[in-house]
Amino acid sequence: MIINHPLLGPRDAAEFVYLGDESLIERPDPNAPDAADRFYEYGYLRDNPAGEHKELWYHEQGDRSWLVVTRNTITHQITHVELARDVARAKGRDR
Amino acid sequence: MRYSGFKVFLEGLTGNRGWKPAWRDPEPKSDYDVIIIGGGGHGLSTAYYLSKVYGVRNVAVLEKGWLGSGNIGRNTTIIRSNYMLPGNEPFYEFSLKLWEGLEQDFNYNAMISQRSILNLFHSDPQRDAFVRRANAMMLAGADAELADEAQLRRELPFLDFDNARFPIKGGLYQRRGGTVRHDAVAWGYARGADAEGVDIIQNCEVTGFQIENGICKGVQTTKGAINAKKIAVCVAGSSGRVMAMAGMRLPIESHVLQAFVSEGLKPVLPGVITFGAGHFYVSQSDKGGLVFGGDIDGYNSYAQRGNLPVVEDVAEGGMAIMPMIGRARLLRSWGGIMDMSMDGSPFIDKTHIGGLYFNGGWCYGGFKATPASGYCYAHLLAKDEPHPVATEMRLDRFKRGHLIDEKGQGNQPNLH
Repeated sequence: MIINHPLLGPRDAAEFVYLGDESLIERPDPNAPDAADRFYEYGYLRDNPAGEHKELWYHEQGDRSWLVVTRNTITHQITHVELARDVARAKGRDR
Repeated sequence: MRYSGFKVFLEGLTGNRGWKPAWRDPEPKSDYDVIIIGGGGHGLSTAYYLSKVYGVRNVAVLEKGWLGSGNIGRNTTIIRSNYMLPGNEPFYEFSLKLWEGLEQDFNYNAMISQRSILNLFHSDPQRDAFVRRANAMMLAGADAELADEAQLRRELPFLDFDNARFPIKGGLYQRRGGTVRHDAVAWGYARGADAEGVDIIQNCEVTGFQIENGICKGVQTTKGAINAKKIAVCVAGSSGRVMAMAGMRLPIESHVLQAFVSEGLKPVLPGVITFGAGHFYVSQSDKGGLVFGGDIDGYNSYAQRGNLPVVEDVAEGGMAIMPMIGRARLLRSWGGIMDMSMDGSPFIDKTHIGGLYFNGGWCYGGFKATPASGYCYAHLLAKDEPHPVATEMRLDRFKRGHLIDEKGQGNQPNLH
């Protein structure tokens, strides 16, 4: 697979490390009254879709940026790549 | 019809005209006591033990494709019980004991060959960890044997003992481990279940669950709606897809694992050899091909094929530990989809939906578990309580903090 890095252009997926579902960006509020349940769901439950999947890849053998890659889990086709930083900021996080 | 050497002889004399199909091909009825979704190894063994041992007769197995078309025919056929944790080891040892009597039990030749499995170690700390594992195995009634370097040099002279990065210092044998003709396991269980009256319905895809007031009453399929008192999902690899139809999210990611076969060679490998440090394991099939594999590709996938980096990694691991295979040509490679769970261990449990049961999360270790998985799932379905060796394989164990994490990797499925 080739991941089209937003800053570096097309790179071999072997340069990257895979973490998992993009929802891992949205860490629950530890002070919420139902924080234990939310952290259980955050830590352990996954949508695991067959089809389009947004997921976190880390460019360990490159510029060490985190990316959100939109990839089809049936065909392995990658349709969209963004910097995870931009995605997190769009969700309202400060970094 | 009972198979025997005498039967083969008799049929040979009479033109082989007396053989019957090994199982029926029935249309589904409208009601069953138990519906098992998934006609792979685990689903068929569940049906077999449910009808034969627990006496539940009105059972159907629904299979999307043809019988045994999933991971039961895509694995590397290894059986073993060399686990460590108390939540796992008694279960896998129970499975190995079932393997040992399986062919006589279901009257089918599954070519079970206890040719041994060897895990190599390369350092003193790794040896100590293996000694601990061996002791845990023996506590659960399994066999384990530590071999030192001198013994392995005598028995397996073709290994690269003086490898610069991973010199071989010894290994942990389980002599009762080995290999099985995998497709024959599905066929044997299917034939045995069919003989007990189980309806095995092929080309029948489940398209939805009929859930009313928190109770599952049946399924919608491509062959119409079917009602049942209990619905048993057994579709490891596709668990995420099927359970999503019941509105459930699982502690599972689906990943692809590749496997490889070389051209046929003369006998060179006495048993199964694993080189965990180099992501490589290998055995030799009865046809002579080297059957080998390594790690999962490492990203979510439902495609039954992997990518080249892992092919290279496995080939490098093989060359590092066993340079003699360098001239063997690769004949085939393929991929299978694994339910990779959050702690590397499986589930055999009820769900929060009444009448709906779940079996899955087998990671890349489902084949060896086939008999015990079916037996314990049948026990749960018949008695509504877990089998004594499967009490920890619960869906809610993460919430309670009772993980069964053999490798201590945490909730990162691609590291298990």
